[in-house]
Amino acid sequence: MHRIATNAGYPDMQVFVLLTGITVSLPENETSQVRAIHRRGIDLEKVDQVNSLSRRFAATEIDLDGFYQALQQVNQAVPTFPASWLCVAAVVVSVTLMVAFTGHLTPSDLITCGLAGGAGFAAYYWTSELGTIRFVNEFIGALIIGLITLIGNYLTAGNYHPDAIIIGAVMPLVPGVAITNAVRDTMTGNLLSGPARAIEAILSACAIGVGIALTSFFY
Amino acid sequence: MLTWLLTTGLLQLILAYLATAGFAVILNIPRRAVNLSGWVGAAGWLTYEILYQTLPVSVNGKLAIGNLVAAIVIGVTSGLAAHYKRMPMIIFNIPSLVPLVPGGQSYRVVRNLVTGQPQLANHYLGQVVIIAGVIAIGFLIAELINQLIFGTGRRAQGH
Repeated sequence: MHRIATNAGYPDMQVFVLLTGITVSLPENETSQVRAIHRRGIDLEKVDQVNSLSRRFAATEIDLDGFYQALQQVNQAVPTFPASWLCVAAVVVSVTLMVAFTGHLTPSDLITCGLAGGAGFAAYYWTSELGTIRFVNEFIGALIIGLITLIGNYLTAGNYHPDAIIIGAVMPLVPGVAITNAVRDTMTGNLLSGPARAIEAILSACAIGVGIALTSFFY
Repeated sequence: MLTWLLTTGLLQLILAYLATAGFAVILNIPRRAVNLSGWVGAAGWLTYEILYQTLPVSVNGKLAIGNLVAAIVIGVTSGLAAHYKRMPMIIFNIPSLVPLVPGGQSYRVVRNLVTGQPQLANHYLGQVVIIAGVIAIGFLIAELINQLIFGTGRRAQGH
C-alpha cells in the first residue's frame, strides 16, 4: 500500500492497519479515510491480483483511475474454485494429514476420515454462506465430523481409531495458520492485531473442540 | 535411515505435497501457484520428519527444533518460489505451513478441557505455545536469509 501511494505521488502517506479496520491518511492534503472490516478470511487469489496490479501501476502501465476500477473488479469478480472442488480438497487434506500424523492406514479409517472431512467442510462452507454469525459454522462442521466418526464407530467393530480420524478430519477447519500468524504479528511489533488474531483463533478452536467433544462422550 | 527415507520418507513427501496442494485450493490461491506451493510444503514437512526421527532429544525438543528448521526451510523456499513466479511470498508460505501448524493440538486442548482431562489439555497447550513461537522465530530467520539472498531489505518488505 505504501508503494502504491508513493507511486501515486504521496510519499508521506500514513497507513494504520488493524484486523478490524484500516485507516489511511495523507498529511499533505489533510485528508483521511477509515474503513471498517466485518468479513475476514484468507483469499490468496485477491492478494496476488492486487500485487500484480500494483506492479503494473508501478511500471506506469495503468493510471490511477484504471487502477481504481481494476481494484473494484478484483473485489467483485475474483475467480474462485467451485464448492465441489473445495470439498474434494478438504477430503484430500483430511486423509493425507491423518496418515502423515498418525500412520494409521486401515481402510475403515481412510474411508471414514475422507467422509467426515468432506462432510464437515461442506457443512462449514454452507453455513458460512448462509449467514454472518461467526464461529457457528465451525461448530456445526465439527459436530458433523464427530457424528460421522461416531456412526463409523458403531458400524465397524474394532481396528478403528476415532482419535486419528477426528484429527485428520478437523484439519481443514482448525485455526493453525491463524495462531502462527498471531504470534508472528505480535513479534513483528503489531501489538494490536496480533492479540486480536489470537482471540479469534482461540474462539474458533473452542467452537471446534466443543463440537467434537459433544459427540465424543458417547464412546 | 536410508531405507526409512526411501519408504516412509517418500510416502510422507507425497502426503505432504497432496495436503498442501489441497489446502492451497481451500485458500483459493491462483491456479498457477498450486503445484509449486505443494512442493514447498512437502520440503518443509520432510525436513521436520527427518529431524523428528533422528534428533536424540525429548519430544518437546524434537518438536521445537524440527519446527524451527522446517519453518526456515519453508520461508526460504517460498521466498525463492515467490521470486521465480513473481508473486507475493504469502501465497506460498501459508498453505505450506499447514502440516506444521498447531491446529490439531489447539483443538485437542479444548476437547480435553471439555471432557475433563486438564492434564492432557495442559500438555497440548504447551505444545501449541512451543510450535507457534518456534515457527514465528523460524520465519523471522528465513526473512533475514531472504534479504541476504535478494539484496536490499526494501524489496522484500512490500511482498
